[in-house]
Amino acid sequence: MAAINRDDVAHLAQLAHIEMSDDELDRMATELAVIVDSVKSVSEAAGPDVPATSHPIPLTNVMREDVVGHVLTAEEALSGAPDSADGRFKVPAILEES
Amino acid sequence: MNANELIRSSASAMAAKLAAGEITSVELVQAHLDRIGAVDGGDSGVHAFLHVNTEEALAVAADVDARRAACEQLHELAGVPIAVKDLIVTRGQPTTAGSKILEGWMSPYDATVVKKLRAARMPILGKTNLDEFAMGSSTEHSAYGPTRNPWDLDRIPGGSGGGSAAAVAAFEAPLALGTDTGGSIRQPGAVTGTVGVKPTYGAVSRYGAIAMASSLDQIGPVSRTVLDSALLQEVIGGHDPQDSTSLTDASTGLAAAARLGNVKGMKIGVIKELHGEGYQGGVENRFNESLELLRGAGAEIVEVSCPNFGYALGAYYLIMPSEASSNLAKFDGVRFGMRTLPTEGPLTIERVMGATRAAGFGDEVKRRIILGTYALSAGYYDAYYGSAQKVRTLIQRDFAAAFEQVDVLISPTAPTTAFKLGEKLSDPLAMYLNDVATIPANLAGVPGLTLPGGLADEDGLPVGIQLLAPAREDARLYRVGAVLESLLEAQWGGPILDQAPPLAELVQTHAAKEANS
Repeated sequence: MAAINRDDVAHLAQLAHIEMSDDELDRMATELAVIVDSVKSVSEAAGPDVPATSHPIPLTNVMREDVVGHVLTAEEALSGAPDSADGRFKVPAILEES
Repeated sequence: MNANELIRSSASAMAAKLAAGEITSVELVQAHLDRIGAVDGGDSGVHAFLHVNTEEALAVAADVDARRAACEQLHELAGVPIAVKDLIVTRGQPTTAGSKILEGWMSPYDATVVKKLRAARMPILGKTNLDEFAMGSSTEHSAYGPTRNPWDLDRIPGGSGGGSAAAVAAFEAPLALGTDTGGSIRQPGAVTGTVGVKPTYGAVSRYGAIAMASSLDQIGPVSRTVLDSALLQEVIGGHDPQDSTSLTDASTGLAAAARLGNVKGMKIGVIKELHGEGYQGGVENRFNESLELLRGAGAEIVEVSCPNFGYALGAYYLIMPSEASSNLAKFDGVRFGMRTLPTEGPLTIERVMGATRAAGFGDEVKRRIILGTYALSAGYYDAYYGSAQKVRTLIQRDFAAAFEQVDVLISPTAPTTAFKLGEKLSDPLAMYLNDVATIPANLAGVPGLTLPGGLADEDGLPVGIQLLAPAREDARLYRVGAVLESLLEAQWGGPILDQAPPLAELVQTHAAKEANS
């Protein structure tokens, strides 16, 4: 298995939307390399005949009748938002052009 | 009975006194609020609470007293106060998950378990401290400062539910709720000398518990006696249509099992892989004594092997961060919590998200999100996440084979007693090893209970004994746990928590030491 390096961490941080300083990237790369190394035995534990289990109990799809239940009001839903306007979440621009 | 004696009794004893009219709920809640005031705050306090809910707790208590005076039929635990881990959302009180990103956030709804506490009329004393988003084994990763172990204020109270366990151990609350993803109820229980239970996966609704790793997380009780945990699990358990993983056939008869407490003819399996090498000598000694006590009470003790448990820690540290990286994507500075603007460059939502998550998340959370993103990334998915899910199958098979031979399994709950604050903070791997004995139960969804097994010879600190049962057989844990608890109390001359040093004096000494340093 490939080791994790600083460039990997920088790329992953970008994917995860977490800005990281140079120092943080260096530190994280070292720590994660040790952690990844320690868990590599996991890939040797089971052969191709062992099925994967995603969940401790078998899951079934849960459906309900299509009736209106108790839901949050717009005011309640917006109550913890960092910014809102006209009854909606207000977000910065998605594209760089303004 | 004076206030000090009152707060040291069990929740079931408090309930009996309330029912008999010997005390009022207002007196009981006030006694706990006074205790919190005396030992929790300041730089040298236990710091089990992030928020104390004085006004509402007293109002609920007064309401219970009025209803009881009017001879209204009430729940057995009505009027008995409780603390709630701050990962569980509550209306009218802040919920932070121990993170800066949710500082000051108020949930617009109650978690199902909180609704059930309110329906049972249990006053909520406040919200307890935790490792940020429940990521940690020591409560040192809280953005609001660590909780201290009531046995020794320089030591960790376990994690991530250190606040809940410490509150119960410090007699600040008779009961608390925790969440257990890899041992976050049981490991803090072990190092603080309290009882903690991770119920069968799905037996208690997770609706309103801020998710870390959804296939592993489980809400459960923290208490000072086995019976108290059983009573609390009966309050919070049961099917919930708002949680798609909630079991429809949840465990029943838990308190009755704790009251029955009989192990005659039961087979108890010692997990070969979960003791011995790597476990502190004093932990091993107490564990072996517990086996002898159970044998003396008529149980048959046999050794069983779970050969794949050696892979559990590695599999857990791939599955948990993978699920966490996905669950924590919702903290994006848009719908709730803080928003941080980048100091330079264009102000796009993507960059605001990056800056918000950089400022709002602590190191351990970032570490796990990055690790999870890596484990799930194309090219590595099969090697990491896929392999870990296969190990999960092997762990389930190990449990199934073991439970064909025995009724319950037993091991130490944690390999060591409480370590010093800061001791393992810079070594994530060493920290992760603390959960080695508790993680297999989460991977397989089986229930687990920890109870205090005495004090270690080396340091006089509490040792936890863990019991594990097949899924949906939570009652078995309470039945065996109650027997072991009474045998251990007989051996130690009373509850293990009675051996703890006087906390008020510890807080004063610690404050003086801090002032001089």
